[in-house]
Order: sequence, then C-alpha cells, then structure tokens
Amino acid sequence: MNSRRFFLKVSLLSGGGMLIGGHEALAQGPRRAQAPLDPNAFVKIAPDGMVTLTGKNPEMGQGIKTALPMILAEELDIDWKLVRVVQGDLDEVKFGSQSAGGSRSTPNNWDLLRQVGATARLMLVQAGATSLGVPVEECSTEMGRVLHKASGKSVSYGEIASKAAALPMPKPDQVKPKDAKDYKIIGKSMPTIDLPAMVTGKPIYSIDFKLPGMLFAVYEKCPVYGGKAVSANLDEIKKMPRVTHAFIVEGNGDVSSLASGVAIVAEKWWYANEARKKLKVVWEEGPTVSHTSVGYDAKAKELFAAKPAFAIRKDGDVEAAIAGGVKKVDAKYQYPFISHAQMEPGNCAARFVDGKLEVWAPSQTPGRGQQMAASALGLKPADITVHQLRTGGGFGRRLANDYMIEAAWIAKQIPGTPIKLLWTREDDMRHDFYRPGGYQHMRGAVDASGKIVGWHDHFVSFGEGEKFVSSSNISPGDFPANFVSNFGVEATLIPTKVPTGPLRAPRSNSLAWVIHSFIDELAHAAGKDPVQFRLDLLGDQPVVGKGMEAYDAGRMKACLQLVAEKSGWGKRKLAKGTGMGVGFHYSHSGYFAQVAEVSVDAQKRVKVHKVWAVGDVGSEIIHPSSAKNQVEGAIIDGMSELMAQEITIDRGRTVQTNFHQHQMVRMKQAPPEIEVHFIKSKNSPTGLGEPPLPPVLPAIANAIFAASGIRVRTLPMAKEGFKWA
Amino acid sequence: MAIAMTLNGKPVSVEVPANMPLLWVLRDELEMCGTKFGCGAGQCGACTVHQDGVPIRSCLTPVSSVAGKKITTIEGLSPEGAHALQKAWMEMDVPQCGYCQAGQLMTAAALLAKNSNPTDAEIENALDGNLCRCGTYTRIKKAVHLAARLMQTSNASGANNNE
Ligand code: FES
Ligand code: FES
Repeated sequence: MNSRRFFLKVSLLSGGGMLIGGHEALAQGPRRAQAPLDPNAFVKIAPDGMVTLTGKNPEMGQGIKTALPMILAEELDIDWKLVRVVQGDLDEVKFGSQSAGGSRSTPNNWDLLRQVGATARLMLVQAGATSLGVPVEECSTEMGRVLHKASGKSVSYGEIASKAAALPMPKPDQVKPKDAKDYKIIGKSMPTIDLPAMVTGKPIYSIDFKLPGMLFAVYEKCPVYGGKAVSANLDEIKKMPRVTHAFIVEGNGDVSSLASGVAIVAEKWWYANEARKKLKVVWEEGPTVSHTSVGYDAKAKELFAAKPAFAIRKDGDVEAAIAGGVKKVDAKYQYPFISHAQMEPGNCAARFVDGKLEVWAPSQTPGRGQQMAASALGLKPADITVHQLRTGGGFGRRLANDYMIEAAWIAKQIPGTPIKLLWTREDDMRHDFYRPGGYQHMRGAVDASGKIVGWHDHFVSFGEGEKFVSSSNISPGDFPANFVSNFGVEATLIPTKVPTGPLRAPRSNSLAWVIHSFIDELAHAAGKDPVQFRLDLLGDQPVVGKGMEAYDAGRMKACLQLVAEKSGWGKRKLAKGTGMGVGFHYSHSGYFAQVAEVSVDAQKRVKVHKVWAVGDVGSEIIHPSSAKNQVEGAIIDGMSELMAQEITIDRGRTVQTNFHQHQMVRMKQAPPEIEVHFIKSKNSPTGLGEPPLPPVLPAIANAIFAASGIRVRTLPMAKEGFKWA
Repeated sequence: MAIAMTLNGKPVSVEVPANMPLLWVLRDELEMCGTKFGCGAGQCGACTVHQDGVPIRSCLTPVSSVAGKKITTIEGLSPEGAHALQKAWMEMDVPQCGYCQAGQLMTAAALLAKNSNPTDAEIENALDGNLCRCGTYTRIKKAVHLAARLMQTSNASGANNNE
C-alpha cells in the first residue's frame, strides 16, 4: 500500500456473522480520526453466506453504486451473485466523505476499499484454517469460500464469519490487496445494480419516494435572482381544491440555501401546482433586475478594447514574442451560460418531528446539505438525518442543496407531517446554478519553424474585482501554461448576480473548446498538421510543470498518438465537405484525446459521423461497460453544449423555461459510432464522469473548420446558423 | 368525476378532476411511479405510456380522454422483466441514470409491436421525441435491434398481454 492510513474495525454481527468497515485517516480531519467507528459501514457477511455491501456515495447514473462494491467484492473474493448492495445513509463518521463530484469517488475510495476487503479476507482465511484444522499458509480463497487445496477441504465465509469477527485485527502491513493479474471482478462488467428495477419501473428514484400521510409542495421563487416575496393572494390560494397550506417564505438572502418565495402545499402535487396558476405575488425584485445577457455581451466588447484588469500569469515577454512571430492569429471567442437540465427535476422529501429533521434527498453533497439545513433552520447537524436516494442525473446540479433546504423549511412549518417538494421543469431551468458564460480574446504567434512563440489570453469572465464567481475562473497552470515560454493570461471580471456553479467538467467544458480551437488556428496558420502540431507542443519531456501544475505530457501524448492511429488520421481520403478534427484535455486526473469526423453542407447542416476517444484514467477500468457508457454519454453531452444550449438573462431573470429552448442532442443526431479505447497506465484509477467531455467540443469544431473552412468562435453554434443534419 | 379505464390489463376507476393529466393519476392516485415526470410539456418523452397500443405523452393527456381506453405503463410491460426489450436493455447495460428509460422502453415497445425488424432510421424516427440527458442513444438503438432478434429467435415475449 502507499502512505495513506486507514482506520478499520471489525465486529460480530448480532445473530452471527461479520461486520467490517473503515475510513481513511484524513490529515485535516482529527474529528473523524477520533470518532468511534460504527462498523456497519461496508461489509456484512451473514451466516448464510449472503454478503451485503454498502454503496456509500450518491448514485446519479455514474455507476458508483456498482463500481465501489465491485472493489470490495474483488478483494473479498466473493461470488457477485451472493452480493446485495444497499445505499448507505449519510454518515460521514462511518463512511468518510460521501460526496459525488469532480470525478473523485473512485480515486478517493480505491485504496480504502481494497484495504477493507483484503483485511476481511485475511481474517476469514485465518478463521477458515482453524476451522478446517490446516495451516493458514496452505489456504486460499475462491467465490466466498476458504479452500485447502491439498486436502480438498473447504468452508464457506458464512460458516466462519462469526469466528473471523472475533480474531484480532491484522496489522496493516500484513494485509496484501490482490495483484491486478488475479482480478476476477474488477475489469469485468458485472450486472449494474438497480438495472432490473430500472427496466421494470420500480420506484427507486428520489421523485418516487413517498411516506404515508405525505403532503406535496410547489415553491414559487422570485423570477429575478435574489428577489423577495412581499405579499401574495394566499387566502384565495388556500381555498383552491385540496390545498392545505400556503405561506410566504422570507428566505435567508442566499439563493444557494433558501431563496424567498411562496410555498403551496396540497394533498397531491398536481393540486398544488394547479393552485399555483392562480398565484399572484408582489415581488421586491431587487437590483439584479437591470442585468441582461445583451448587457454582458456589450460590456465584454468594451472590456476587450481596454487593458485587462489583472494578471493571472505572465511568463517571458509575450508582446515582443507575438510581435516578432512569423504568423499571427487574433481571435475572439465567446460562450454562454448553460443549465444542467438533468432529467429528474429537483425534489426532496422532509419531515420535522420533535425538533428533529429527517430528509430524503437526491444530493451529490449530502453532508454539506445537512450543514446548510442546520444553519437555515437553526438546528444542530446531529438533529438532521439525511437519507440518500438514487437520482435521475446530477451533472453538478445536485452539488447545491437548495431543494433540500426548501423542503426542510416547508416541513418545519407543518410539524409531524412528511412533505415532498417537487419543482416543475420550469422551476428547475429558471433557478439553476448555471455554467457561467465567458469571453476570451486570444492572440498568438508561431515562428518560421511552426513553433508557438507567444500566447496571450484576455479572459473576460464574471465576478467582482479579482474574485471569480463559482466555476468561472482560469488557473495560472491551465494548458498550455509551461509549454509556451512567452505566455500571458490576464483577466477582467463583469459583476453578476446570476447564480453559477459547477457543470460536468467545470471550467474545462468551456476552456478546452477555446484553447484547442485556438491551437488549431495556430496550427493552420503555421501550415502544420493539427495532430503533429500538438505532438510538437507537448514536446519530449514526460512531466511538465511542478506541484499543482504538473502535467503528464507523456500520458497525453500516448492518448493523442493512439487516437490518431485508431481514427486513421491523415491516412484516409475524405469526401468533399467532410473533415476531421482533434482535441485533447486533462481534467479531474484523467487524460483524454478525441478525433471527430464531421460533414457540413452548404446550409451549415452538421453531421457527426464518428468520434474516436482515447483516455488514460489509470491502471484499471473497474467496470468497462459503464466506463464506455460514460464516455459515449459525455461526447453526446458535449455535442449538446456545442450546438444548442444557452441560457440568456433578461431583466435579471432566465429566459429559457423548458427543453425546447435548451435543446439536447436527439438519437438521430448522435454519432452512429463512438469508438472508445483506454490506455492502462501505471497510475491509480481515477474517475470518468467528467474528463471525456471537454475534448469533444474542440474536436468537432475543428472538424467543422476542416470540412467547411468556417471557424466556430461563438457558442452555441446554432447562433451562427449551424444545425444538425 | 369517476373515470374508468383498463390499466395494464385490469379495470381501474379513479375519482379525480377531468383535467388531471394521466401522468399524475398514475403517479399519485394509483401509486405507479414507473412513468416519469421530465418536462410536463411534451418535450422529453419520459412520461410515455400506451393508449390502445399507441405511445402517448401522459403529462399532456387529460385523464378524461382515456376513459374506456386500454392504458399500458412500464409496470405492465412485464413486471418480471421478461419482455424482449427489457432483456435487451439489461444485456446491453443501456441506462446511466435510467430516468428516461421507462419512456424509451414504452416507445420502443410500440414500435416493435408494429414493426418486428426496424431499421436504424425507423428506430431513430420512432424515438425522436425521447430525450436521454445521459446520452445512451447508441446503446438504445443497439438494444432495440437485439430485442427484435430475441423476439424472432426465442419465445421472449415482445407483445404484451395487456394490449
Ligand atoms: S414529461 Fe411528458 S413529455 Fe416530458
Ligand atoms: S439514462 Fe439518464 S436520462 Fe437517459
């Protein structure tokens, strides 16, 4: 193992059997390290041999409820058929961090779960050897049994689980997780947990969760972000059929916690929503009402003409280098705010009894939600129980917990009665934490040999002074920092009150498009092949940059070379109007390079014929089918962002209300083929939810240029007259 | 007002306002939550059910308009997952979040019931109104083809008994 330390605990299951759980000793977490460990955490081995594993992290379609238990099952050496996976409630003392975001679930749990599984197996082997009356060294395990090959004797885990639980815990250095070559479960596409329930319509989602006597709520927020409800026709609303309660919520001034609004509660959700059609609210809209997208665009144009406000990074003499270049490129890019538009609208159930709150939530950060609910409602976190429910997509939307706080607040007004809040699609789209838009004025130059000699980015984004709003920043180390010696990034910020937040591959989902489109412009200016130009840029050093900025150019080069080979880059003759484009990006510990083959006709109709993706996310692909699914989905998601998704602001409010105004790719627009390859490098496995998305935007945009000569510099492309063929 | 229909082969009657959408009758009056709410506006297909074998958007269908009709939901496709499409969906590991999949399956089931061997283009046309935010389209298409093969080569049920 590495230097990470773990606290494990084993104990006897009441009624016989073994329990084992553990968490990582976090350097910054003395509270956790000292907490008494409740061993219900991960693994229960019952006397009948059934093994119950706890899926501790929120499941939103990324497959973690299957992948993490697979790691445990592998180390335990058990039969997947005898495994039951249950979703753990929020309890970060037991489980360690339970958030899902930043593609961190796999890397954060890989070592810990292997240690837990291997420890349990070692103890079972010891108990098995004693029970068989044979030496420990001669025993092995297979499919949930301890075997003594020499005598042919064996015993099942279930039979010896209680004995194993009574043994002293082995020292960490005695425990040897398996060698990858012996894996039987990791790397195999085990049946996805919940799959049978999904295809038969079982009520497994957050929106499906109900309790006896439950009432249902809608919540109307001020259309202007941060506005306040002053008064409403509540008496009229309360007389509407089946409506039980209606009240104004003052809010706490923080839209990420409790925005002001009006709650209507009814016996069934539809009645509450019907009553809402008659709702008349007097709002105090506040200062944000003056904000518009048109105003932001005009401001950006003005700022581009002025000197940047502050420097993010300055290497060498950028201006001299660009002035001295042989070929120069000057290009302005812009991209919009976009919404998460996850398929299941925001919802949450809550019940407040005797000063204690219980919530059933579809959150990616249940722990943070618990803290926020505590402060919004004036409770102690310990008085709040959070149950995690499967959710219909996250994409970063459920990193926020506004639905949880709203539901909790409503429940507190109706003590003893469980309530369920459900947003309409319109609520969901108009009150999101949007991927922030941005503007980048790029300037660069190449020398006579075709090498980039100067790079400058005037990054106009959103924030106050030098403080970016959530997910709108650029970092000093963002590629190609450290690869170009005269390199400057400077920024200016436009103040905004539009709520922003992380969307799948935050920052990268816009930056990769700008950076790799601009690199493509430079490659064409230099008269170089776009793949070769990028290989030259990556250079021959294995790792470039230090510390946080370390960029493994070797891993990226390997991805780029393989994707060029698989796609037949430069080797195939393409029809007129067809072109290939390339892009790569490193994010969330994953390296991805992609090539797209695209045709564009005279009416700017675009068909993506095929996308090739090569990724390096470490030594193991835990569940290959789900991994490939994530990559395919990320590519289609990126296509939606490229073509048609845009949130515009008018009078301080969101204009778009439903899917028809914020379109996702449909089946006939999706590429007929997506070819995915993984390079298994000698690195610990990392996550896959995010890194495959960013490169597809520039790959397709660059292919459009190759096919049509039109350079896409504004997103969504539909604004420039493009549409899907 | 009392409205009677045949739901997944069984007669049911509900006492609700005539304009309540079938989606909310299913989810909140009859406690059948397999049919999903995505947009409430006919934009996404998550709420697709069959009316006399034809896929409809239950979020836009007033319950009064299905009085006397045969309605089939995902729960009625095959509760055991024996329908060829359900088998194919599991075999191909189609879903990610899975939220759109009941609607996808119902639309695909209506297609296969009248066209036992659809082409790619026919599948794409039939499923054009079913959005998948997770982007599982490539697999859905493959799974529909697989289901068509299963229906021809084995006795996996493709029709459902309730229609
Ligand atoms: S919920 Fe009916 S079409 Fe979207
Ligand atoms: S699987 Fe998530 S929306 Fe289709």
